[in-house]
Amino acid sequence: MKMLIAIIKPFKLEEVREALTGLGVQGLTVTEVKGYGRQKGQTEIYRGAEYAVNFLPKVKIEMVLDDALVDRTIEAVQKAAATGKIGDGKIFITDISHAVRIRTGETGTDAL
Amino acid sequence: MPAVLSGARRLGLPLSVGLMAALPAVALAADDKVKIDSGDTAWMIVATSFVLLMSIPGLALFYAGMVRKKNVLATTAQTLATVALVTVLWIVVGYSLVFTPGNSIIGDLSRFLMAGLKMDSVHEAAKTVPENVFMMFQLTFAAITPAIVVGAAADRIKFSAMLWFMALWLLAVYCPVAHWVWGGGFLQKAGVLDFAGGIVVHINAGVAGLVLALMLGPRRGYPTDNMAPHNLVLTVMGVSLLWVGWFGFNAGSAVAADARAGMAMTVTHVSAATAALAWMFAEWATMGKPSVLGIASGAVAGLGTITPASGYVDIGAALIIGFVAGLACFYASTAFKRRMGYDDSLDVFGVHGVGGLIGTVMVGVFATSAIAGPDVKGLVDGNGQQVLTQLYGIVCAVLLSAVGTAVILKVIDVTIGLRVTPEQEIEGLDINLHGESVH
Repeated sequence: MKMLIAIIKPFKLEEVREALTGLGVQGLTVTEVKGYGRQKGQTEIYRGAEYAVNFLPKVKIEMVLDDALVDRTIEAVQKAAATGKIGDGKIFITDISHAVRIRTGETGTDAL
Repeated sequence: MPAVLSGARRLGLPLSVGLMAALPAVALAADDKVKIDSGDTAWMIVATSFVLLMSIPGLALFYAGMVRKKNVLATTAQTLATVALVTVLWIVVGYSLVFTPGNSIIGDLSRFLMAGLKMDSVHEAAKTVPENVFMMFQLTFAAITPAIVVGAAADRIKFSAMLWFMALWLLAVYCPVAHWVWGGGFLQKAGVLDFAGGIVVHINAGVAGLVLALMLGPRRGYPTDNMAPHNLVLTVMGVSLLWVGWFGFNAGSAVAADARAGMAMTVTHVSAATAALAWMFAEWATMGKPSVLGIASGAVAGLGTITPASGYVDIGAALIIGFVAGLACFYASTAFKRRMGYDDSLDVFGVHGVGGLIGTVMVGVFATSAIAGPDVKGLVDGNGQQVLTQLYGIVCAVLLSAVGTAVILKVIDVTIGLRVTPEQEIEGLDINLHGESVH
């Protein structure tokens, strides 16, 4: 099993979710995060005091997948989340050694 | 009850005897005694409530939105506690120090703990309103003034130090200045005009705030760290309450429900709106974007500046006053403050101080008999002397406010200390001073 972590622009969340549902991905976890990569922040001004805001709001999506689904899921997320501009985000893959469905006790890919 | 009547009853004589003896006295009294007017009284009760709303939650929200989240509860606690503390001090001794004859510098103690305040008492300054209402109205002014000052100390003052400062400053600075200008003191006798508190409230608080900011020192990380306001919605809510509440502040200072009050309300509103626009356009032109904080600050600047003039000037003057207020306070709170290098965190001096100064001088320019009656003449009526009189009032008030504030702060600093520790300041006042946080 693999965990796919994607950091994307917040307004792309709905599009990514729809693409994943189309693929048969059963569930995901979404967190609001702040971060930066190459995209520079904005400048805020309050009564003449300028502040550079370095962290931008992003959304982090996490989902655990069967190994067989990983490549198609990466492709789907990338297509749905891309705008072509700096700040589109990144996708990371990590290994998941174990999974359990709490309600039934099923393990492994049956838990996904 | 007239003394003659109660005297007769105490002696055991029937009321009728007392009444007959009292008749001539009562007849004379009825001729020269001004009666309580229910319209005036009703308005003053409402105005008092409006001004209290300006403090809680108006000023509390205004400031709360502008500080960082880790200090927001401490900021609101300061305003709440100040209102409570000033209330007690005012009814014990503050009102007496301001509004009894005393001498030219300070009142006496004849109203200590409201001694002698009866249900039918009236004060000279508000003859158609019960004295307890007048006292309450003035209480709300005494409460908001020190609360404004403490904005300059945001994010770094100890709560205990702030409480001591509020108490000492009220009695040693606010009360004398208020007595000088409104309580029959030497400035009032000299003809200084301050309708609703340009000197007593705004210059007083503004100068004290500047001294406080200078003596406390800047916030850690000022001016490079990000200290952006954490929630300007609170600030806009606060400004809205201030704007509407200010009708009580200025129109209430007419102590009557009449055309004077109506005009005061009108010029107040016009000045607020004009100043808001002036600040907004000035910021748009110089910084590229019109901020909501700017529009809100402009409105407050306009409100503070018109305050001393609100009962003396006409609508045309209000447009000019508002326009000047917006531009001047914008400059004072941005470029000027940055150039001078002091950290007046919430622009107490930039908005209230500068606004009060400009407004008080403007009274000398624009005060007119057409609005205020034959005893009031400003430059527009050909009386340039009024401008000089206003300047005299300003100098006296600035001196007491600056020196008094400095002495009080020094005393507090060498005894219990003014400022929180660096660790407390970094972690935040809410959790360190009050054991609370906003999640």
